[in-house]
Amino acid sequence: MIDPLAADLTDEIAAATQRSTRSLLRRLLRKPIAIASLSFLVLVVLVAIVGPLLAPHSPDTASAADVLGPITGAHPLGTDSAGRDVLSRLLFATRFSIAGAALALVVAAVIGVTGGLFAGYYGRWLEGTSAWIAGLIQALPGIVVLLAARAVLGPSMWTSMAIFGILLSPAFYRLVYSTVSAVRDELYVDAARVSGLSDARIITRHILTVVRGPALVQASFVTGVAIAIQAGLEFLGLGDLSIPTWGGMLNDGFASIYSDPLLMLWPSLAIGLTCVSLVLLANALRDTLERSGSRRSRRRERALVPPVIEPQPVLRHDGVSRFADGDVLLEIAGLAVGYGQDDGTVKTVVEDVSLTVHRGEVHGLIGESGSGKTQTAWSVLRLLPAGGRIVGGSIVFEGVDLATVSETRMNELRGARIAYVPQEPMSNLDATFTVGSQLVEPMRVKLGLNRRQATARALELLERVGIPNPPRTFRSYPHEISGGMAQRVLIAGAVSCDPDLLIADEPTTALDVTVQADVLDLLRGLQEERNMGMILVTHNFGVVADICDTVSVMRAGRIVETGGIDDLFARPQHPYTQSLFDAVLEDLPARPSGDDRSSSAPTRTPQEGAVR
Amino acid sequence: MTATLIRIEDVEVEYPAKGFRATPFRALKGVSLEIAPGETVGLVGESGSGKTTLGRAVLGLAPVTGGRILYGDRDISHLGRRERRVLSQDIQVVFQDPYTSLNPSMTIEQILMEPLMVRRMSSRDARSRVRGLLDEVRLPKNAGERLPREFSGGQRQRVAIARALALQPKLIVCDEPVSALDLSTQARVLELFTEIQQQTGVAYLFISHDLAVVRHLSRRVAVMYHGEIVEWGDAEQVTTRPEHPYTKRLFLAAPVPDPQLQAQRRAERHRLLAEQNRVSTSTVTVSV
Repeated sequence: MIDPLAADLTDEIAAATQRSTRSLLRRLLRKPIAIASLSFLVLVVLVAIVGPLLAPHSPDTASAADVLGPITGAHPLGTDSAGRDVLSRLLFATRFSIAGAALALVVAAVIGVTGGLFAGYYGRWLEGTSAWIAGLIQALPGIVVLLAARAVLGPSMWTSMAIFGILLSPAFYRLVYSTVSAVRDELYVDAARVSGLSDARIITRHILTVVRGPALVQASFVTGVAIAIQAGLEFLGLGDLSIPTWGGMLNDGFASIYSDPLLMLWPSLAIGLTCVSLVLLANALRDTLERSGSRRSRRRERALVPPVIEPQPVLRHDGVSRFADGDVLLEIAGLAVGYGQDDGTVKTVVEDVSLTVHRGEVHGLIGESGSGKTQTAWSVLRLLPAGGRIVGGSIVFEGVDLATVSETRMNELRGARIAYVPQEPMSNLDATFTVGSQLVEPMRVKLGLNRRQATARALELLERVGIPNPPRTFRSYPHEISGGMAQRVLIAGAVSCDPDLLIADEPTTALDVTVQADVLDLLRGLQEERNMGMILVTHNFGVVADICDTVSVMRAGRIVETGGIDDLFARPQHPYTQSLFDAVLEDLPARPSGDDRSSSAPTRTPQEGAVR
Repeated sequence: MTATLIRIEDVEVEYPAKGFRATPFRALKGVSLEIAPGETVGLVGESGSGKTTLGRAVLGLAPVTGGRILYGDRDISHLGRRERRVLSQDIQVVFQDPYTSLNPSMTIEQILMEPLMVRRMSSRDARSRVRGLLDEVRLPKNAGERLPREFSGGQRQRVAIARALALQPKLIVCDEPVSALDLSTQARVLELFTEIQQQTGVAYLFISHDLAVVRHLSRRVAVMYHGEIVEWGDAEQVTTRPEHPYTKRLFLAAPVPDPQLQAQRRAERHRLLAEQNRVSTSTVTVSV
């Protein structure tokens, strides 16, 4: 069984890290902006390569007769202040400007990517040193360095672009470093090490693939910056006058802006369009890389819809329940939960779920991932993830149908009457606030207590949930306490407004066994002393046996069997429930001593397909 | 012949702490253990007990700062990268998380061929070996062309097992290989582990936080607590009649899927905790 939501999430992460160039190009070419900017850039590169061959004149042939000449057949774009053909100069300038920018890009990429790869992969002293160097380079004022270099080394566009490349290298370094150090500790890199792959092989096969995408985006931006800076230098007259460049032409045109304003137009167009195309391409690239996840997972999800199971009557264990005559707290009838799909249809993940929770009763929802148990719990709180909604049935809580009640009324109920204990204690506490403030705030809002009363009550609650030094924990930040402590804090928060119903979603799954036992004791104690109703979502039969009074077994969005735990555990009726009990290892004998190869382990017969 | 495959002697692992002259964190405080060829040794403990670190030390992924790890007669605790690569033929791993242990951008075939190609196997031989491996872990033949994300957790874990088997190792370190899986999937993957051991005679160092899983698979079990092995011996004995106070607590904390039994066990646990509390307070008074 696969939990479609969890699978989706892991998938998005997976797809985000996956950068396959070929499919990237294909996806990129679905965007009109990408096509436009890419074709312009291809044109520019082509001109840079073959342009000089097509030029009607030499770019440097000056002619006094043609100074600032008009557009004629011989000079399609006119002539400049020295009587040189503007079209020819523009074609040659494209070659030099693009080559200059490319030089800067190559220098920046080689230094930055190599540095980032090594520092990110090997860490230790390399990390510190290279970060220091990158910081130093970034702190240097670029234009000043370039001017100084020109003064010392003479006016060469190539030198200044190479130096500019070094100045730009931290942009690559930082990007590659952070990407690589994020994947360095991925398990698949460890696995490759254990497989005996050399570092060189690991870097090329596992690391470079991850870096490729973001580095491409960065390259596009960097090229744009290089072209702009180069043009700026040349325009200021600080460039190399011996070769035609866009910036040089701009400088020349600016000198005669009043007599022939058109001279400014051509190089400005070339610079402007190239830079805009580069930035647009970079944006389109980034969008493609970032959005790739959702599109792919959507396509995949259709293939992973859990097997449709024919609606069967729910097997009920009636027996004598001590709650049978009690006060009904929550009555779910025919609940269906669905998620809207791209094509407008709704995929139901929970169907026809009915259950009753009495005051003081603990009802367990058990099933494997993807069985819809958490979706059911969330719909009671009306906290379904984006796209999910209740599409049928009713959830009646003390006379109010939670499936249809207004959001305002629901907000009043949540926290005050219906509380929630989540699965991951750590991610459910806000790391930027102290534990205390996160406990006090809801009580002030929900119970209208003042700060002093709320603090006193919070300390009392912390004491009650077994925290050894309540004032210290009250002042702590979430990262300063352990997972078990965090779960106790969340339980304290959940019961702080005296709720009637507690929804606990795998409250002990993330905890160690001994801590789990303590937290279950705590939940049971609180539930008994406050006579709360409780829905406990879990995948562990031991937890159900420990704390629940009644239980519903869920599979593929439906309840297949329900009843009091004594009867259901003693006589499971549904084949699926039986198969789950068969998979439990607790009651099996230990592996016999002796040679493990000859001993036969207890055999089991898988109920479903052999491979899942 | 009762030869030893791996002998871990007084191994210590320290991780340098952040900050100037901070005391390093001691993840392992002198751990000794041995594994015979073809046997399964279970290693149980809670998070932070050092069980994963011990596995990583055997794999050469954690810095061994004291003691030694003998593979045959050879000390493998401080091998260089090159020697370690050669040893990878004999010691392999299956990690806990089947979602991050496979490179998402490589096909199953590429993943499985990787270790083989390093050993200079021709790509034709490697391909046929991959088909054999997929069969061995009960995955369909065409699985090779697909990407990891097309598989469920249990299937991905089978791929990880196939990768570990590719080089026909003598020992596989299994680091919580089933704890991310559903109950019924877990049972089937454990069954696969047993089958493979019977066919190939590989030894397992099987790390888990779940006493039941370890008991099901191992002949001998070691219990770790705060970086030390506190109890070590026959699986049946350690998991049903534990002697160390911590193992007793661990044993009674795991809930059993039987309401009446669990109620008894809970009462027993409360009694034990009360008793252990009393003992610890009385020792404190005595020492004061």
